[in-house]
Amino acid sequence: MNLREIAKELSLVPVTAEEKLDREVTGCYAGDLLSCAMAKGRRGDLWLTVQSHANVVAVAVLLDLAGIVVTEGAALEAATMARANDEGVVVLTTTEPTYPIAGRLWALGIRKSE
Amino acid sequence: MRNAGVSIEEQTEFTKVHELVYELRIQQVMTKEVLTLHPENSLHEAKEMFRVNRISGAPVLADGQLVGIVSIEDIILALERGEIDLPVRERMTAKVVTVRADETVVQAVNKFAQLRLGRLPVVDDQGRLVGMVTRSDIVRGLLRAIDVDYRQEEVARHRAQHVFEDLVSDRTSVTLRYTIPARDLTRGGAASSQIKRALSRLGVAPREVRRAAIASYEAEMNVIIHADDGGEMTVEIQPHQVVIQAIDSGPGIADLEKAMQAGFSTAPDWIRELGFGAGMGLNNIKSCADRLHIDTGPGRGTHLYILIFLERHV
Repeated sequence: MNLREIAKELSLVPVTAEEKLDREVTGCYAGDLLSCAMAKGRRGDLWLTVQSHANVVAVAVLLDLAGIVVTEGAALEAATMARANDEGVVVLTTTEPTYPIAGRLWALGIRKSE
Repeated sequence: MRNAGVSIEEQTEFTKVHELVYELRIQQVMTKEVLTLHPENSLHEAKEMFRVNRISGAPVLADGQLVGIVSIEDIILALERGEIDLPVRERMTAKVVTVRADETVVQAVNKFAQLRLGRLPVVDDQGRLVGMVTRSDIVRGLLRAIDVDYRQEEVARHRAQHVFEDLVSDRTSVTLRYTIPARDLTRGGAASSQIKRALSRLGVAPREVRRAAIASYEAEMNVIIHADDGGEMTVEIQPHQVVIQAIDSGPGIADLEKAMQAGFSTAPDWIRELGFGAGMGLNNIKSCADRLHIDTGPGRGTHLYILIFLERHV
């Protein structure tokens, strides 16, 4: 399933790098600690987090994640948006908390990668 | 002059697209095969031409000279008013705004925006029609140009891969140095992103690039978070190994054994609220490194030495 289809199913709002929405999502990681995401996140994962500062983009770039879902309606800083657009990192937002989003991704057949 | 409210990142992004818009010529993006009308054609014939060819407008030529333009809007109006059998010359826009083929794309972009036009006839320096340009032609042209840039990046990568073959010595290595700014979380990951790109270009296997990226990111964040004066990171790439060193003159680590335990962190609360300070940093580095050596102590700063062996030699 690609980011566009997932965004539609879960009513996620794409806010950056919309040209990359065709990217396939191969797994998911949920959590707000950057080092844990760094250790457990895999290439092609969608990352669910409440963190919205620019450093989440760095993590996504380094791991080549498919995208980031910023949950609980956390407001995105301008620096985050700019950096994500610059690096071509898709950021999707939702007012829902992480847990239901994770549940619905699971129901769509998205599993932990590997 | 200050650019209030515009970040460096926004400026760079702006510049990239901007550069292309100023570089690309209209002749590079325009459509060259243009269907044209004659002033004596009827609007009905124009409508059929638009319908069959799925176009939304066409220039009108008389004796090879551009004398007007007809759009789908003109046709709709003519249909409403029962004027569809009138000749094109009666209802065409005679004062035609054009762009020149050798002008840059930005000229067309400006005219589209200012005049709210959907298409512009393109003329040569003699005023002869040579093509048409629409907004979507420009978007396609920009995408093509970006793709070319991407391929050039691939070429650069190909060239970089040969560094170790081209430069012969008893022991060749490439060294990259990065200055890590203090306390600037927004710049966090800048050095490690560049390290990741450099290693890929040099032909390091993806799995090893990932390990180096994670290790250098954690080292970089540690310097940013803990060292008041920032620090330096160096990466030495040899054909069979990568050595990453992170050096700072920060507070140093008092109890290294404790610091190596998963979950132990001395990061302040405000840092933790941002998702850092999980106490996983050194742990992550250790699991990515084939060798890890840490030289540190209270007041002595910290020197991290990370070694990653390359299975596939570069």
